[in-house]
Amino acid sequence: MNFPKEHELHRRRKGRNLGLGLVLVAFVAIVFGLTVVKVSGDISGAIAGEVGR
Amino acid sequence: MSDASLHNVTYENEAQFGDYFALLKPRVMTLVVFTAFVGLLAAPVSVHPFVGFTAILFIALGGGASGALNMWYDADIDAVMRRTKKRPIPAGKVTADEAKAFGIALSGISVVMLGLATNWYAAGLLAFTIFFYVVIYTMWLKRWTPQNIVIGGAAGAFPPMIGWLAATGSMSIEAVLMFTLIFMWTPPHFWALALFMRNDYDDAEVPMLTVTHGRRATRNHILGYTVLLAVLAIATGFTSIGGIFYLTVAIVLNAQFLWGAIKIWRRNEDASEADNFVVERKFFKLSLLYLFAHFGAILFEAGLTRYGIEVL
Repeated sequence: MNFPKEHELHRRRKGRNLGLGLVLVAFVAIVFGLTVVKVSGDISGAIAGEVGR
Repeated sequence: MSDASLHNVTYENEAQFGDYFALLKPRVMTLVVFTAFVGLLAAPVSVHPFVGFTAILFIALGGGASGALNMWYDADIDAVMRRTKKRPIPAGKVTADEAKAFGIALSGISVVMLGLATNWYAAGLLAFTIFFYVVIYTMWLKRWTPQNIVIGGAAGAFPPMIGWLAATGSMSIEAVLMFTLIFMWTPPHFWALALFMRNDYDDAEVPMLTVTHGRRATRNHILGYTVLLAVLAIATGFTSIGGIFYLTVAIVLNAQFLWGAIKIWRRNEDASEADNFVVERKFFKLSLLYLFAHFGAILFEAGLTRYGIEVL
């Protein structure tokens, strides 16, 4: 199978595109991690509240 | 323009990822990261490590965003000064408008994310810090008064306070002391730089104290601020963020810093030029160690308290 020739623009901006891609992946991971921490914190807080009642 | 000339355009000066990163002033960011980290850990409450990491990251990003906005507004000055002419805008890698858009976008992201990760007081103070650095310092004070560094220094002093606020959600005297430590440290640090970067600020027509009041007055001011800083830094040792370790570090470093300021004060221009500003350069280098060591000591004391270790 023949891949089309890489466009000059993609070659020129390879570092930039890779960097931006990594930043976006990291941002998604941070939002996900933060959600997990916040939600589990809320759940354990609610459980502690129930037990204490 | 013909088709041929369109295709002959060269892109060798095109911005790479590193150029956008350089807009964030990574060296200044290390100071922001470190002092915010100390502020967060010195606070008397524990923060989830991931929340703490996120808070530091977005405080740093907010600092970086204000750096990009500073480079947008000061592109004309940066192009003239030796120290800054290789920055992405004067180097022709990034346009000033791109830097502005980049800075505004990152400011918004960092403030909102800090608010979501910690609390809106910390986010509000981060927003105010960006505003202070960009509008009060960069747009207004920098080109208007020789006290630019003194008042503008507040922007660099906010990060430990934001870190503390992110952890506790409230303000305290310890956070104010950490702020004041950086605030009082900034003028002697920058004025020493202005002394040996001689013509840079003159050429850029930035009213630094060296330009408006002369180099003798600058030497006097360095000594005055260093004396005040020493009193404040040592007094911090007697508060809850201090301790015997911090006090030892503070006494040794303030004695050295004070001695350096006295040497600068006693010198004249002929002596400085004869040895290419050796004393001023050493003082500048020491000022970097000074700040990192003081905050390192606060961090160490916080670690001791957290693990219940008593030194004396």
